Amino acid sequence: MKSLKKLLSLSLVCVLAVSALVGCGGKKGGGNSDTYKIGGIGPTTGEAAIYGTAVSNAAKLAVDEINAAGGIDGKKIEFDFQDDQNDTEKAVNAYNTLKDWGMQILMGTVTTQPCVEVAGKTAADNMFQLTPSASSTDVIVNDNAFQVCFTDPNQGLVSADYIADNALAKKVAIIYDSSSVYSSGIEEQFVKEAAVKGLEIVANEAFTTDSKTDFSTQLQKAQDGGAELLFLPIYYTEASIILTQANTMGFKPVFFGVDGMDGILGVENFDTSLAEGVMLLTPFAADAEDEATQNFVKAYQDAYGEVPNQFAADAYDAIYIIKAAIEKTGVKPDLSAGEMGDALKSVMSELSIDGVTGKSMTWDEQGAVSKSPMAVVIENGAYKAMQ
Amino acid sequence: MKDKFNFLKNSSVKSMFVTYAIVIVAYLVMEALMFTGSVNYLLMDLLVPLCVYSIVAIGLCLCVGYLGELSLGHAGFMCIGAFTSATFSSLTKEFISNEIVAFLLAFVIGTIFAGLFGFLIGIPVLRLRGDYLAIVTLAFGEIIKNIINVLFIGKDSKGIHVAIVDPDALKMEADGKYIINGAKGISGTPHLSNFTIGVILILISLFIVYNLVHSRSGRAVMAIRDNRIAAESVGLNVTGYKLMAFSISAAIAGAGGVLYAHNLSTLTATPANFGYNMSIMILVFVVLGGMRSFRGSIIAAVLLTMLPEMLRGLSDYRMLIYSVVLIAMMLFNWSPKFKELRSKYAGVFKRNKKSKEAV
Repeated sequence: MKSLKKLLSLSLVCVLAVSALVGCGGKKGGGNSDTYKIGGIGPTTGEAAIYGTAVSNAAKLAVDEINAAGGIDGKKIEFDFQDDQNDTEKAVNAYNTLKDWGMQILMGTVTTQPCVEVAGKTAADNMFQLTPSASSTDVIVNDNAFQVCFTDPNQGLVSADYIADNALAKKVAIIYDSSSVYSSGIEEQFVKEAAVKGLEIVANEAFTTDSKTDFSTQLQKAQDGGAELLFLPIYYTEASIILTQANTMGFKPVFFGVDGMDGILGVENFDTSLAEGVMLLTPFAADAEDEATQNFVKAYQDAYGEVPNQFAADAYDAIYIIKAAIEKTGVKPDLSAGEMGDALKSVMSELSIDGVTGKSMTWDEQGAVSKSPMAVVIENGAYKAMQ
Repeated sequence: MKDKFNFLKNSSVKSMFVTYAIVIVAYLVMEALMFTGSVNYLLMDLLVPLCVYSIVAIGLCLCVGYLGELSLGHAGFMCIGAFTSATFSSLTKEFISNEIVAFLLAFVIGTIFAGLFGFLIGIPVLRLRGDYLAIVTLAFGEIIKNIINVLFIGKDSKGIHVAIVDPDALKMEADGKYIINGAKGISGTPHLSNFTIGVILILISLFIVYNLVHSRSGRAVMAIRDNRIAAESVGLNVTGYKLMAFSISAAIAGAGGVLYAHNLSTLTATPANFGYNMSIMILVFVVLGGMRSFRGSIIAAVLLTMLPEMLRGLSDYRMLIYSVVLIAMMLFNWSPKFKELRSKYAGVFKRNKKSKEAV
């Protein structure tokens, strides 16, 4: 009898605990707000935190600017950014947290792998999704998802074309991160296009997230193969190590990077003179001459004390793209996420936007952006546009 | 009538039934709340991960608490369970239309493979003890993750192709599709997991481990833990029992992996989900839960998985607060001073009860 009593009391405690946990729940998506609720998801803690933080900062900057100028058609924007630690499961949690908050439009997610999972969720809810920087083609398979950045295959394609068409080299070596979807996506397409364009790949070397501190083996193979150009479809942190080690070895090919290389001049304890002559394709250069870029860079520096990178620029554009889409359709903030999604996705193909990452950006049926990448070369510690 | 319930007087058996009851009651309460629509989106999608980590914690609890061997490779076993079952599901999703049958088969495949690997790894690894075993299992978990990151499996009209490192070596026909695409992992896994299945898996895992530790074999395993030489001297097959417990522990972790894989449409082996950080996280569940308590492991797994989500309101400070709370909980559970304090208060309650009964 005593044991039964104990059992009963224990289960009662259990019931109490569980009900306390769900007590705060019960909210069911937007619908009756007077503001546009835009959510953002990305890693603000963990290894990829710099990307998520940059996106979060720049998006807040854009939202503040819009609100200060009177909002969209008199209605303000509310913005909430949730951390996903670059993990798929956490990204779903972040998405649900934002849904409980009443999110109507999603500006995210920042990194590719979580974005693929979240894209499945937004498709089920028919929520409009615009990712600033998740570049895999898997992200935009559904008709409600759009990208601000280039797709990975596109970057590989354009890079190979650029190298071949400008006769930068005949013998090319690649070092890429096989554990990154971003890097291996670019590499795959680059290799295919290189074969078409008659570039000879003398070394195609991989590394993984667990082994990204020493690249001497990979560099040795590239050197032995007689590579004239080293293609680096990777992020700038690893690229800075590669540049340093290549210099120590006396290996001096042309270094060619993609948008992940942007930021290499800001790496701490890195001798930036080694980056002289490095070429990269990027949609954004912080010291570009045009007014929009200069205003953005100045505002970002005033607010956060650092030069914005490409992720920040993409996010800044993303908020303005959402604003343009809302203005075009004239949707009011009292619509539900699904209704707003229907309206917004139908006008994306009609938009043409001048942002800081490109002039007259347009979107195709798939949701991929079309804008021209800029090829820049680093000269005297600054980007210089190449012809 | 009284004799029938005699077995309840055995405290460990009683504790077992309390655990079952807690799981079932928690399940019924959640289902009732979901039925009335008073659960938010966050918690609804969090239920399956809670089950996943509870199951893996049960598995590791058997290994750490009862076998007495510190394993830091359980995320690796989870990874094997996840990838083998997701590969199977991706290959057969056109043929099997019944979701329950599909999950059941995937579950069997994932669990068997994880158990098999546990057995194979166990043969060399269980010759080591203590820290050395921990280090080797940690290395093993990392190896699994890295192999899966360079593994390519494709399917076309001619059958299934497998390659390592180089995707072009698959030599697939034009209609070929990737099943495992290297670092990009598996995408398009059917969404078969749900809360009910998760709870059933928890109950099955509990049933297996409780029956094991209460059996002759379980007592042998614990005897080996407490004094290996003495156990050997009375003729126990030390290696055999150790291997058995380790394999079962790995298989249960694999079952958790199966549930994990079928809850997400994309599956990749990243340091965040199957790296050593996850192994250590699972160990934290077990240690916080009291090392030898399956119930404690489940409660710790649920609490620690929910905590960071519940702290989202604190934005950037949440991981800081999370670690502070973790330290506080560990101290509360394990610090000698706190234990003393708790036993003192527990004593007060007991005395009250006794005096009441006397009256």
